[in-house]
This record gives sequence, structure tokens and C-alpha cells, in this order.
Amino acid sequence: MDRLLPRVLRVDLTRKRSWVEERPDLFRDRLGGTGAAIELLHELCPPGADPLGPENPIVFAVGALSALYPLASKTVALFKSPHTGNLGESHCGGRTAFALRLAGYGALVVEGRSDVPVYLSIHDGGVRFRDARTLWGMGSSVTVGRILRDVEPGSGHRTILRIGRAGERGVTYAAAIAETYRHFGRLGLGAVLGSKNLKAIVLSGRGAIPVAEMGRYQKLYRELHERAVRSDLMTKYHELGTAQNVGPLNEMGALPVRNLQATRYPEEPAFSGERLAQGYLGRRLACAGCPVACIHLAALREPHPAEPYFYKTTFVSYDHEPLYALGAMLGVEEAAGVLKLIDAVGHVGLDAMTAGVVLAWATEAFERGLISEAETGGVRPRWGDVAVYGEMIGRIADRESEFYRVLGEGVRAAAERYGGAEFALHFGGNEMPGYHTGPGAFLTYLSGARHSHLDSAGYAVDQDLLRRGEEIPPADLARRLLAEEARRQVLSSLVICFFARGLYDFPTIAACLGALGDDWDEGRLRNLGAEILRRKHAFKVREGFRLATLPIPERAVTTPAPGGAVNGTYLRRALAEMERWLEGSDELEG
Amino acid sequence: MAKRLAVVDVERCVDCLLCAQACARRFGEGGLARSAIAVRSAGGVERGFVVVVCRACDDPPCLHACPVGAIEKGPVGVRVVLDRCIGCKACVAACTIGAVGWDEEGGKPVICVHCGLCARFCPYGVLALEEVEGG
Ligand code: SF4
Ligand code: SF4
Ligand code: SF4
Repeated sequence: MDRLLPRVLRVDLTRKRSWVEERPDLFRDRLGGTGAAIELLHELCPPGADPLGPENPIVFAVGALSALYPLASKTVALFKSPHTGNLGESHCGGRTAFALRLAGYGALVVEGRSDVPVYLSIHDGGVRFRDARTLWGMGSSVTVGRILRDVEPGSGHRTILRIGRAGERGVTYAAAIAETYRHFGRLGLGAVLGSKNLKAIVLSGRGAIPVAEMGRYQKLYRELHERAVRSDLMTKYHELGTAQNVGPLNEMGALPVRNLQATRYPEEPAFSGERLAQGYLGRRLACAGCPVACIHLAALREPHPAEPYFYKTTFVSYDHEPLYALGAMLGVEEAAGVLKLIDAVGHVGLDAMTAGVVLAWATEAFERGLISEAETGGVRPRWGDVAVYGEMIGRIADRESEFYRVLGEGVRAAAERYGGAEFALHFGGNEMPGYHTGPGAFLTYLSGARHSHLDSAGYAVDQDLLRRGEEIPPADLARRLLAEEARRQVLSSLVICFFARGLYDFPTIAACLGALGDDWDEGRLRNLGAEILRRKHAFKVREGFRLATLPIPERAVTTPAPGGAVNGTYLRRALAEMERWLEGSDELEG
Repeated sequence: MAKRLAVVDVERCVDCLLCAQACARRFGEGGLARSAIAVRSAGGVERGFVVVVCRACDDPPCLHACPVGAIEKGPVGVRVVLDRCIGCKACVAACTIGAVGWDEEGGKPVICVHCGLCARFCPYGVLALEEVEGG
């Protein structure tokens, strides 16, 4: 480990002060990333903290392999989530990880609350608190990015992380946006930044990272690079991107459509990966340090409403999850319509996934008469009506009325207030991801440290079991998912993109660390993964989370998945096993 | 025959920075401090990128600008004689395309030596070594 990685940059917005702390314990013994960040969160976030109060810290962290090895390209953010009330964890690509590490820090911790809107300008070892009153309240986060790009230094080796209107106003699922097209999407980091009066962070870095054994490092780098560019990563993620999932999920009847009243479109959706690539793909981008380039930008060309013969071209980044949430869940038929909605949530700074599920709940609640035009302010949500959804996205971001304020807290809050809990698709307060594949997916959503489909990849286990025509007892499925999630804790400590999970098995990781002068082996890595997972669970429990008794939305178990309707008792048994393990000390088989 | 590093298909650039990382590894380190190649967006990433690297001028302005003669003609492009360099940055200002990088720690310029390592790691064929006429 080099001497710069353990440096934690602490920024106190209340007192407008910053300082650096050395934490070799967190970066040597925990590898950095999520392993380090969860410890900082335990230390700095007081129990019962108000997620939107100054006492809620935000920890951004990179890890031992960041900016050194292929696909070690992500930054993790940990905070207490205003959306679920417990652990908030979100990962983001772009240039953030490079900038943070090459600025000479392993982590950035933001605490307190500024008295006036500010943004942080962090360059060459200095932290400046800059006036953001002019940027506050701006209609679009894209404009904010454009302005900062011009007034701030560091072009080519910086990250520009900012929030939109939704974050300023405390929508509990507001996102933070990096480099215009990457997001800390889920669990409300944008709202926490907004509550601190912090509009943006511009951070640049282009330093050197000394490497202990250069020969070994060069060789490993070359091998991993070759494997990455020759692997199926390129066809899986580069060609069509994650959008390639839309078609197959639709075909197998696992794509949640119209608030999961259905699980497929009769034909391949207009926004499938193939069809978007053919009709709209305008550019591919990579996160810094990644050869795969999975980021897909659609060029959306629309006639200008006021000027004849004038078209505006908007670039919209698309991925499976936003396409599911703002397309399938809302019954949208046109590719251009989905792209417009994805663009709209980006401008105001909302999490696309939660926004889609919220609008889907509202549409069904409106259909069933639980809410009326009195609540919606005269708009009539209707499946596929993109114009209405676009309007509602703006109103949610602006927290326009009592109704939109409640929608701005997610479907759990909306169902508590207006009814319709049976079709409010959230798991532990976080809205459903785009895989209705079976029990594995639901267990991942319920138990995952960040309630994300990527925590333990239950959707992949479901598909694997379906292919084999196998069923396994709930306790076995529970342990299989826990083992996968524990393994992923190591990846997100280093911090490696989960798409590269196939490249980095434990022996490879140990070799990568070895070239940097750090002595690790498979057993120690495995133990660390389990330990981090338990530390996260402990944080959640501390904040009132109980896994075994989490409600399971009725719609999720009544709408059949490809292997049939999911059995609630099966899920309960698996959850009990997960809780037992998370709160115990047994080992897991890998 | 001598070869020059050329940016041959910038439209395919995805901004992965693998080229810049490869260049820095020449010095036995990670990071970007001494990379001789940089990638910047052409005014927003949706418009694509500009890859900034020495293009091996026939008559190099950087060489003429150096007050102490620390920049010499190389087999291709130029070579910096670090012991002679006084760190004045005249070369940085002289290169019209901004291809003279700066090593902040060492206080010396970093200019591409056209070794081609970066091209080996560019996944999308943006960079290539090209034969130089009469080189
Ligand atoms: S550094 Fe600039 S001026 Fe010097 S040879 Fe290269 S391109 Fe020409
Ligand atoms: S050719 Fe060699 S010196 Fe020039 S940018 Fe590429 S790696 Fe660096
Ligand atoms: S390696 Fe190639 S694609 Fe990547 S930034 Fe450099 S020139 Fe662009």
C-alpha cells in the first residue's frame, strides 16, 4: 500500500474547515472502499441521526486497487439513507475514483451543514468553499455541470459531482450526478448533499502512485487487460450495454411491466438494447481505467416546439434499470418516450429507478381511484403517457403540493398515506429493480446491504436454477446469496466494478495486492468479506432494521415469475436463515 | 524506419485513460503524474474527445523556445535533457497543441517519446504507430 491511500480528507461544512487524517488501519486491514467507509460511518454517524441533519456524514471512498488495475474504476459512497432510514450505499463510475485517488486521498468525508449554498473545489491539496448561491435552484443539473466545467480547473483529470433541484429540496431518492452521465443513483445521496447546502464537488487529481513491485504489477496489469478485452465483457457490456437485458427478460416473462401487472410486452420492446443501438446509439463512454466502455449514449433528435425546421439533439445515457423503470414499469411503447423520461430525471436529479416505480404506483392508484385529480393537481397519469409523466417528474422534484411531497418519499410513504400497499413495489423501503426472476431476486432486494439487485445477484441465481430446472431449499439459497454478497464486499472495497467480478477471483486479487506490497491470501479475503457484510448489517440493525419481518409486497408474490408465483413462506424461511447468519459468527462456504 | 505515435481514429475514443495510464507506467509508477498523453472532452463528453499528445513536428517550436537548449531532436519528435532543463515552462507555452505535459513533482516537462506503449493498451484503435517519411 502506498503512503497516500490511507489519507482521509475530512471536510466540515459548518465550520468551513478541512483536514487530513491518516487511517492505515482502514486501508491496510480493510482494503479501503466499502470496508473502510462502513467503519467511518459507524464512527461518525451517531445512532438515530437525522439523515438530512448536519450529523449525517457522507463518506466517499476508493480502495487499494483503484486507478491501478483494469476496471478498478468505482467510488463508493456511504451515508445514512433518508429513503430507507438505514444504510445508504451507492456506487458510481466516471472519473471520481481516479480524481480522488490521484489527488492523494483514499476517502473524502463531508460533514456538517453550510449556512449558505456552496460547492467544494478541491485541487492540488487545497479545499475551497465556493459560493453556490447562483447555482442553487437552477432548473437543470446539466447546466450546473456546464458552468463548473468552465470556471473550474483540472480539465481532463477531474470529477464534477453535483445535485439537481430534487436534491436541494430533499426528495429522499434524489441522486448525485457525476460527469453528466454517471450517478450515485440510489438511496438519496443527492438529498443528503442538498441538506448540507452542498451543490457540487469538483475534485481533480493527477498524481503518481508508487508501486512496490513494478515488474509484477506490469505483468498482472497486462494479463488482466488482455483477459478483459478478450472476455465476453466486451460483447456483454460494450456492444449493447446493460440494455441488452431488456429483450431476454421480456422474452422469459421477467420484465416488470405496468407496475408488475404484467411481466412482458407482446413483442420485443422498442427500447430493447438492439433496437436502441440501431436507432439511437450516438456514443460509448468508459469510466476512467476501464477498457469495456459500457456507457451508452443515445442521440435523441426532436423537433423544436417553437422553431420550424429546427431539431435539438439531446444525449441520454441508457441502461437496463432506467429503461425498466421509466419504460416497462410505465407501459411506455416508444423508445423516444423512455429516453425523454430518463433525460428528465437526470435534469432534476432523481434516481431513475425509484422515480419510475413511484410513477407506476401513482398510475395504478389513480386507476383504482385511491387518488384523483384533486391530489395530482389536474394531471391524469395513464400507462405510456410520457408527457404526463414528464410533468409529474418536475412536480415531484419541486415538491409542489402535499401529494407530490409524499411521492417524493417513495411508494412506501405514498401507500401509507393513500393506500395501495399491495401494489407498492418496495423492498425495505427501496423501490424494486428490473428483474422479476424469482425468489433469489426478492431475497437480494430484501437482504442486500443496499437493497440493490447487484448486492448478491439473486436474479442470476434464479436464472441459473431455472435453466437447470432445479429447486433448492430456502436455507441453501440464503447461504448462496450471502456468500456472493460477502465476496462482493471485497470487490467494493478495492473498488472494482462488479461487471469485472469474473476477472477478479480471490487468488487474482491476492496477486494484485502482492505486487503492491500487501500480503493477502484467499482465506483472509474471504473472512474480510464476511466481516464487512456483518458490519453493514450491524449498522442497519442499529438504525432499526429487522430483516426477518420485512414486509413483502403482495404484487411481487402474486404476479408469477418465470418459475411460477414466488412462495412467501419460502422467502420467510430464507430470510430467517440470512438473519441468523448475519447476526452470528459462522463461516460460509464459498 | 522510425515511427511516430498518431491519433488515427479519435471518434472511437471512449475516455478510458488506459493510454495515459500506460504511459505513466513507463516510469515505474501508477497514476498519471508523468503521462505524456492526455484526453479531454471536446466541450462535454457527448461531443467526443480530444487526445492531446506530441505530433513530432519537423521543426519543433518547443525546441526553439527552450532558453538552455534542453530540448533536442530525437529519432522521432524531441528528447528532453532533464539535467539541463531549468523548469521554466517555455516549452509548455510554445507547443500550440498543448502537448508538453508537466511533472509537478519533478518540475520538468514530459514529452512523448513515440514508444507506442499507449497504443498497445488502447482498446479501440484510436492510437497507432505510423511510419515517418525519411525518419
Ligand atoms: S511537444 Fe509540441 S511543439 Fe514539441 S515536437 Fe511535440 S507537438 Fe511539436
Ligand atoms: S507513445 Fe510512449 S511516450 Fe508517447 S504517449 Fe504513448 S506511451 Fe507515452
Ligand atoms: S486508450 Fe484509446 S480509447 Fe482510451 S482514452 Fe486513450 S485514446 Fe481514448
